[in-house]
Amino acid sequence: MALPGMIWFIFFFYIPVLANVVAFKDFRISPDGFFASLRQSEWVGFENFKFLFASNDAWLITRNTLVYNIVFLAFNLFFAIAFAIIMSELRNKKAVKVYHTMSLLPYFLSWVVISYFVYAFLSPDKGILNHLLVSNGGQSINWYADPKWWPLIFVILNVWKSLGYNSIIYYASVMGIDPTYYEAAMVDGASKWQQIKNVTIPQIIPMMSVLLILNIGGIFRADFGMFYSVPMNSGALYQVTSVLDTYIYNGMTATGDIGMSAAASLYQSAVGSILLLGANAIVRKLDPDSALF
Amino acid sequence: MSEKKKVKKVEIRAFSPGVDLFFSIVVALFAISCIIPFIFVIIISLTSEGSLANNGYSFWPEAWSFEAYRYIFSGQMSQKIIRAFGVTILVTVLGTLLNSTITSLYAYAISRSNFPFRRFFTIFALITMLFVPGMVANYLVMTNLLQLKDTIWALILPLALGPFNILVMRTFFRKNVPDSIIESARIDGASEMKIFIRIVLPLAVPGIATISLFAALGYWNDWFNALLYIQNDNLVPLQYLLMKIQNNLDYLAQNAGMSAQMAGGLAALPNESARMAIVVISTLPIAITYPFFQKYFVGGLTIGGVKE
Repeated sequence: MALPGMIWFIFFFYIPVLANVVAFKDFRISPDGFFASLRQSEWVGFENFKFLFASNDAWLITRNTLVYNIVFLAFNLFFAIAFAIIMSELRNKKAVKVYHTMSLLPYFLSWVVISYFVYAFLSPDKGILNHLLVSNGGQSINWYADPKWWPLIFVILNVWKSLGYNSIIYYASVMGIDPTYYEAAMVDGASKWQQIKNVTIPQIIPMMSVLLILNIGGIFRADFGMFYSVPMNSGALYQVTSVLDTYIYNGMTATGDIGMSAAASLYQSAVGSILLLGANAIVRKLDPDSALF
Repeated sequence: MSEKKKVKKVEIRAFSPGVDLFFSIVVALFAISCIIPFIFVIIISLTSEGSLANNGYSFWPEAWSFEAYRYIFSGQMSQKIIRAFGVTILVTVLGTLLNSTITSLYAYAISRSNFPFRRFFTIFALITMLFVPGMVANYLVMTNLLQLKDTIWALILPLALGPFNILVMRTFFRKNVPDSIIESARIDGASEMKIFIRIVLPLAVPGIATISLFAALGYWNDWFNALLYIQNDNLVPLQYLLMKIQNNLDYLAQNAGMSAQMAGGLAALPNESARMAIVVISTLPIAITYPFFQKYFVGGLTIGGVKE
């Protein structure tokens, strides 16, 4: 029964993992098929990596990927937990349900669709934001050519799209906390804020650390959809929109440099995995119950 | 009795009235911000071209028009759009069936305590959650080894299984299919396959509904695999069509001087309201149905998040 799944994992995970050796090769496609191409391509050692890190791009894309992801991680964590706690304490439970349903909608939409939403607001000549700016006596801004605004736009979009989704698990675990803790805290005269600080937050720390570890593994992986389709792959914005994933994609399709893209791709996967294992090890040392494995 | 319980609950989990009002407003504003863009796009799609040209996008246009929707279903691009719609539906249906079948089989196997290699198969699947092969390696295997470029399978197979869904299903089988039922069926002489189809599957319908939902959503929204593997115009799904339209526009906008020569190409592009109308029709199925499936979605997510 596990056979179809096995086959899928082999073809779509294990063989691709092995195929990462092209990062160390000068990849040439051979007519004799895939494995022949792999075998016949010449070993070049770390040449591809040298090329990659010698370019200015390597530093730029690494910095962008890391900084964006760390900021996203911090914002997501903070807002998701705050949102979940606030929802759990609101009096009108029917309204909470409605709010939750509404705030989940963006998660169900693809980045391509959202890029049209963004365009409706930011379009240089027709967008509603420039309309507002101009009618209030300001200057219209050519959003798609001005890199300065995009870091902020990405942060807002990221929180906006994923908040409803991110808060679900926290909401479930906040609602699952044993009410006797709160009763005890109230008997002791704790204010709402003290209850949140001393009961709710400590109770959801194991959940937090599991999600955090998983997210740290992805810190080298950027949300391709957001960085590629929302700014419409605009060349003027590369400086702030170029991340590892878009760089690899552009390298693979536009310049066709498989070796260097593979090097970047392997760099990304390897660092991500090491970070994940490291984060897990640290958490396990601090609190074995909160570790992922 | 029940009233007493209710009062107690409110007391424990409740802000004081002032704070409650404040946070209600904050949360409500955020919730509204989540649906406003979609409503905005619907309004744009119903705006006449004339008032778009004069006033740009606005929440209350001067003149309304259904022209955009007429264009989608009978204009010069209608064939392309309807075809993309068909591709998306086909991929979603086939993919979801495939995904839920493979997932259920695999998860059922590793959920049974008497399955000898249970541990090995569990780890075999979970490792894929922790590491990523990388875009280039996937691309090489897909195009070079499996030769799937420009086939419908390039849109279906990459999303046909996911470790997260396996986790959800495994937990579900363990919770809802007691070993004793399977034991008794075995004593009655049922084969493994028969047990699975006649006894286990009917019990697992809510779980299967949940993972099918995840899968269907993934397929409906997928454009990335199309971006990588599809060049044939006949296999373009809706989301990717939207992306192509966007890119073409951008190309024209950046090369304004060339637009004279590009007039032929420009004529083939849908106008503003029609573009937004395509966004609407590609999103509407989700927007309409998701309040109903949200319950399953949240349930699956919280099951999958449970650690063992």
